[in-house]
Amino acid sequence: MAADAPQTRTHAIKMDSLGRSGGNKSLSNEDIALTVDDLSLYYGDKQALYNIEMKIPHKRVTAFIGPSGCGKSTLLRCFNRMNDLVDGCKIEGKIHLDGNNIYEKGVDAAALRRNVGMVFQKPNPFPKSIYENVAYGLRIQGINKKRVLDEAVERSLRGAALWDEVKDRLQDNALGMSGGQQQRLVIARTIAVEPEVLLLDEPASALDPISTLKIEELIYELKSKYTIVIVTHNMQQAARVSDYTAFMYMGKLVEFGDTDTLFTNPTKKQTEDYITGRYG
Amino acid sequence: MPVNNQQRHSFLEWCRRGEPMIWINAAAVSISAIAVVGLLVLLAVRGFGHFWPADVMQAQYALPGDKPTRLIGESVQTESVPVEQLRSAGFTLDTNETFIDRQLIKQGNRDVNGLDFTWVLSRNLSEVTYPEDLMVVERREWGNFYGYLRSVKEGDLVVADESQSPAELWAAYEQRLERAESLFEQIENIEKKQIGAINYKIEKLRLRERGLALDDSIPADRRAREAAQIAAERAELDREYSAYQSRLTELYTNIHRDSITAEVMSGQIVELRLSKIVHAYKPNAMSLMDKAGFYLFKFAEFLSDEPREANTEGGIFPAIFGTVIMVIIMSIIVTPFGVVAAVYLREYAKQGLMTRIIRIAVNNLAGVPSIVYGVFGLGFFIYFLGSEIDQVFFPEALPAPTFGTPGLLWASLTLALLTLPVVIVATEEGLSRIPKALREGSLALGATKAETLWRVVLPMASPAMMTGLILAVARAAGEVAPLMLVGVVKLAPTLPVNGNFPYFHLDQKFMHLGFHIYDVGFQSPNVEAARPLVYATALLLVVIIALLNLSAVALRNRLREKYKALEL
Repeated sequence: MAADAPQTRTHAIKMDSLGRSGGNKSLSNEDIALTVDDLSLYYGDKQALYNIEMKIPHKRVTAFIGPSGCGKSTLLRCFNRMNDLVDGCKIEGKIHLDGNNIYEKGVDAAALRRNVGMVFQKPNPFPKSIYENVAYGLRIQGINKKRVLDEAVERSLRGAALWDEVKDRLQDNALGMSGGQQQRLVIARTIAVEPEVLLLDEPASALDPISTLKIEELIYELKSKYTIVIVTHNMQQAARVSDYTAFMYMGKLVEFGDTDTLFTNPTKKQTEDYITGRYG
Repeated sequence: MPVNNQQRHSFLEWCRRGEPMIWINAAAVSISAIAVVGLLVLLAVRGFGHFWPADVMQAQYALPGDKPTRLIGESVQTESVPVEQLRSAGFTLDTNETFIDRQLIKQGNRDVNGLDFTWVLSRNLSEVTYPEDLMVVERREWGNFYGYLRSVKEGDLVVADESQSPAELWAAYEQRLERAESLFEQIENIEKKQIGAINYKIEKLRLRERGLALDDSIPADRRAREAAQIAAERAELDREYSAYQSRLTELYTNIHRDSITAEVMSGQIVELRLSKIVHAYKPNAMSLMDKAGFYLFKFAEFLSDEPREANTEGGIFPAIFGTVIMVIIMSIIVTPFGVVAAVYLREYAKQGLMTRIIRIAVNNLAGVPSIVYGVFGLGFFIYFLGSEIDQVFFPEALPAPTFGTPGLLWASLTLALLTLPVVIVATEEGLSRIPKALREGSLALGATKAETLWRVVLPMASPAMMTGLILAVARAAGEVAPLMLVGVVKLAPTLPVNGNFPYFHLDQKFMHLGFHIYDVGFQSPNVEAARPLVYATALLLVVIIALLNLSAVALRNRLREKYKALEL
């Protein structure tokens, strides 16, 4: 009953809060998509993550919250090995995606990233047409047939709730769109390659409230198809969109549980202090 | 006191607002702008004034105590000189003035007078007139001719003389000059194009024959067959050649038929062959419109013709062509080279001491004097690479070098090397400005680093590459010193791109505007005549560099518009 399909999009958020209060949500009942196993991360000599243990459920929205610099984005970037690009970054421990350790030797990072898509804090469309932005990931995979690309572009743009706004100007430069549209375009670009997991790194923090609302609605719709992990500064946002929430502090995972419980009845003092606004 | 205080206060206030800096900045910009504009105006006035058909004066000139003589010529320049200086040069002058004017007169007729420029004292000139009948003749040799047309002759037969009206005489002359010109064109065509092509083919045949002799692996029957074929082709070419030769002889007899006689300033009658005349005009009789038309005609000739008389007359087309083609080949070589190097340095190489050293070395390469590159090009490209290429690919031409001698390819390569640092630095700069977010966006979609580079980073860095190329072009087009060692010549008989297969001759020597300026200005036997050409050529060089740059800038702006980056 967790993900009742909403009849209309405006309904979605209300339904969500109602649906979630059902209380039959517990990690032990969920399929697990990602397992983090004793993960530590160092930037040079400085340790940024300490022995993280975590299970991220399949086709649910998991939110990471915590004060700035607590390591939530760093942890998120471990899931698609974006930290590989940082000089001097060292990772210990394992992350299993569908039972395979993604830090195993010989794992193709590019193939992994195709499977674990990522959306960044600021919209970063390529300086190309809207169409080419969405088709980019497919072209990388060597798919150049126009019919296939046309279909994928339309499906992805519809999936990102952008199709109606841009269907008449697919050949326009993506940089001419508004910030909110750009961010939805980036989401469309990411789901065009049909990943299993979507990583959202503060996807709405650079956007105005209306665009933020649209992104949140979109996240709600996307969770029926993708495992979503979202990093957010905004606790209301975490409460609105996520099924599970992890609170991190100083590179450590303090508390992880279903969102309602974590926000209404946190077990740790630190969590309570943070969500009641006493610090952070 | 309060007033004074307030003044000081307001001055300090003025300084504090930063106004002095604004004024200093504005002054610096103005001085730069004035310097550039001034330079261009100087070049334009001095250079392009040369093509204007100046009035030709006739005057009586007498030094005190001497009999007056007739002087005909264009007044080129007037200046004041101290009387003392003239006295010490042997002039006797009874004047109280300390300064006295003198004029430089272009009197032409180098074959008659010995000198075509002479200084005269303005005060000794009298009866200055500008007779309409005075004629200026541009000749293929000996410079300009000034004088009065007296008669037109066909062989020994006088067909027009002063018994007719001046207009009729002029018409008779023009009609024959037209004929001579068309004959001259035919001769040029045969000598340069047809016979040139035949010579080229005969040379190729000789090389084929020699190649046949050098290659032992060819069986005897094929050797005999090829030798027979070569002999046949050569016989055919020889036949063509002698046909052209006899046609030439005929044309030469025809063109030498006509001549004119003219009276020069000393009163002597001189005979001029029409075959030696480029064109003739009467500047004093021309209206302003005529002069403007003539000016345009002369200017077009300057741009499109080949040089005459040791580069002091005629046009500079081969030099323009050589400059442009060299810069284009250089760009084609330097851009991919520099970009690849920059991509490796910025994207792939591990950033550390080694890359720092390489970067410093690259930057310092930009400061190496260009002549050093010339020496390197001569030693490495020409003597080493070139002669290796000759040994391997052109053994039949040895001992005459093909690539083992200065030429277009080596000049372009040397300049490419010279401008490489600029392209590397600019490209690196551009690569470093591509937002990290865009690279991550591409990588997050499953692109590899190479795919990200190729599809996102390099297109976005292309404006920076163009900036590098613009700087490279600006530097390369103006460079002369290294070119003197690696391929530029004073006079190239053919263009590096011509009608002979394979049409594009990278091994040929070529002409270059920069070197042309040097050659005309400093190596010319006739400095006075050449000086305006130096200015005109210099301005043209500036214009060509500006045009090359503007086209690159236009391209860059289009790229910028296309890849307008996010303000991330």
